[in-house]
Amino acid sequence: MAGWLDGNLVSVVDGIAFGLLLFTIAVGLSLVFGMMDVLNLAHGTLYLAGAYTAYALSDGTVPGLLLALAAGALVGALGGAALTLLTQPLARRGHLDQAVLTLGITFIVADLLAAAFGGEVLPTDPPASLRGTVDLLGHTYPVYRLVFIAVAAALALLVHLVFERSSLGALVRATVADRDMVRAQGVDIRKVLYGVFAFGAALAAVGGVLGAPILGPGPGVDESVLVLSLVVVVVGGLGSVRGALAGALLIGQVQTLGVALLPQYAPFLLFGTMLLVLVVRPHGLVPSAVRT
Amino acid sequence: MSTSTSTSLTAPTASRVAGTAVLLGLTLAPFLLGPYAVATLSRILVFALLALSVNLLTGLTGLPTLGQSAYFGVGAYTAAVVAKNLTDIGPLQLLIAAGVSALVAVPTGWLAVRARGVVFLMLTLAIGEIVYSAAVNWKPVTGGTDGISGVPPVVPLPGTPALELDGLVYFYVLAVFLLLLGAVTRLGSTPFVLALRGIRDNEPRMKAIGYPTRRYALTVYCGAAALAGAAGSLWVSVQRFVSPGDAGFEIAALALLAVVIGGTGSMWGACAAAALIWLTRDYLGNLEAVAGRGPLLLGLLFVIAVYTLPRGLAGVRLPHQPSRKRTA
Repeated sequence: MAGWLDGNLVSVVDGIAFGLLLFTIAVGLSLVFGMMDVLNLAHGTLYLAGAYTAYALSDGTVPGLLLALAAGALVGALGGAALTLLTQPLARRGHLDQAVLTLGITFIVADLLAAAFGGEVLPTDPPASLRGTVDLLGHTYPVYRLVFIAVAAALALLVHLVFERSSLGALVRATVADRDMVRAQGVDIRKVLYGVFAFGAALAAVGGVLGAPILGPGPGVDESVLVLSLVVVVVGGLGSVRGALAGALLIGQVQTLGVALLPQYAPFLLFGTMLLVLVVRPHGLVPSAVRT
Repeated sequence: MSTSTSTSLTAPTASRVAGTAVLLGLTLAPFLLGPYAVATLSRILVFALLALSVNLLTGLTGLPTLGQSAYFGVGAYTAAVVAKNLTDIGPLQLLIAAGVSALVAVPTGWLAVRARGVVFLMLTLAIGEIVYSAAVNWKPVTGGTDGISGVPPVVPLPGTPALELDGLVYFYVLAVFLLLLGAVTRLGSTPFVLALRGIRDNEPRMKAIGYPTRRYALTVYCGAAALAGAAGSLWVSVQRFVSPGDAGFEIAALALLAVVIGGTGSMWGACAAAALIWLTRDYLGNLEAVAGRGPLLLGLLFVIAVYTLPRGLAGVRLPHQPSRKRTA
């Protein structure tokens, strides 16, 4: 066991990093779907916008990264507010119409971004001070990924505390459970809706800023990020923060450890896992249990 | 029906006139258009058949699918293999392709129809992606990313010469398209289709009446897969080439979008929207002024369509419907 873990340590840690990145991106999608009943297929575009922000603003220093984070969060929040505004008229028309609208927005923004930044995948370097490697139990490992794991884990903890332990979170969860009852108590639902959409979108864009050195911006990245987040959200269970975390960590391991262990089945692992989980547990991993 | 009143008499007449005009246009097209435009028209007809297959599931039964590209791809690869190794007679390729697609749909559909709504959507997406990966990786049969090329020209009936010209292939595609469109519309008001509508509108009630709704869903799933497989076979007759891209996510997504824009449930709406999407992507997107901006045009089309046509292309004509159940 110890020997196995030693041999696959890098894959496992990579999987944690990737899983936490997926959580940062996907939790917004899950909340927007669970709360607002909006299927937002423009979610990958928010990641892409964040990643391009990181590319444009990062100058190899830590303050540059912090500036990019602030700018990315702002871009994401504005994008989320705009998407709320655009999807509100379709609220009563079902998910498919929302899918058409948000996919159309994805195509338009992707085309404009490609026109602005070109058709190549742009490698984005982390700040110079985080560029080295460290010794991790006998393996060399990039510093930036470890820092990323710490930051993303802190973000996940923050999201968990806000949604599960604060009164604001209670309001949001109550809106998920029974929107009309919350409205009947005199709460302006629209503020909650705009707030959650903007927050979830900002998280996705922040994920883009932080994730740019791992999964760099380029054409087609929005689609792959969207598909991965959808898989995470559906595997984890729609509308649940803990579900998104469980799904993200599982998919992160599948995409790194699974691919390292079973390279010949690599192309089938992601969707094979999703198929398996959904057949056994059609409503996702959470709420009942985190273990499969 | 004997209940037609004077108001509902005019609508069928108008649609009959429009239908005749479209049919006339489609028949005369090869005499008026260049070879490239005719080949594009053939591809549009094939894509419209795929949209019809999605409409059987999504519009009629309320099961939003992103996986019809899987059965389209299975049909296309089957037809290509059959054409190279067994027979170049088109209808035989078509039947074998449809049959293999339906067979593949039995186990995969059994998994998918256990779910509804977004979970069904994601299960079908998974099926589509797995078939796509299989097309890329199963090299001995599919040729990997190179695909299968050198498919011989299609022979429409035993004893007739092979169709080399785009215009002649177009007539073969048009004939099959009209046959299958007729078959699908003939389904229109059979008890089976009425039961499917019941499942879309209120599945618990259908179950309570005693309908085995899951078996109905699986049956229509296999039927839609056979139709998609037939479309895949026609695709190979037109292109004489098949590659994994033909079984990819983009095809599945565009087919689903065509059904939504067409007005879920309407057969002619799905066909019209399929034509609109394909023309925007392949024809307008290739014009010199906007070369390479196909995705932008397609995105604008979707955004405009969703705001201006709340009930899809078909809704332009339809009288007001009582609030429809959400389909996802």
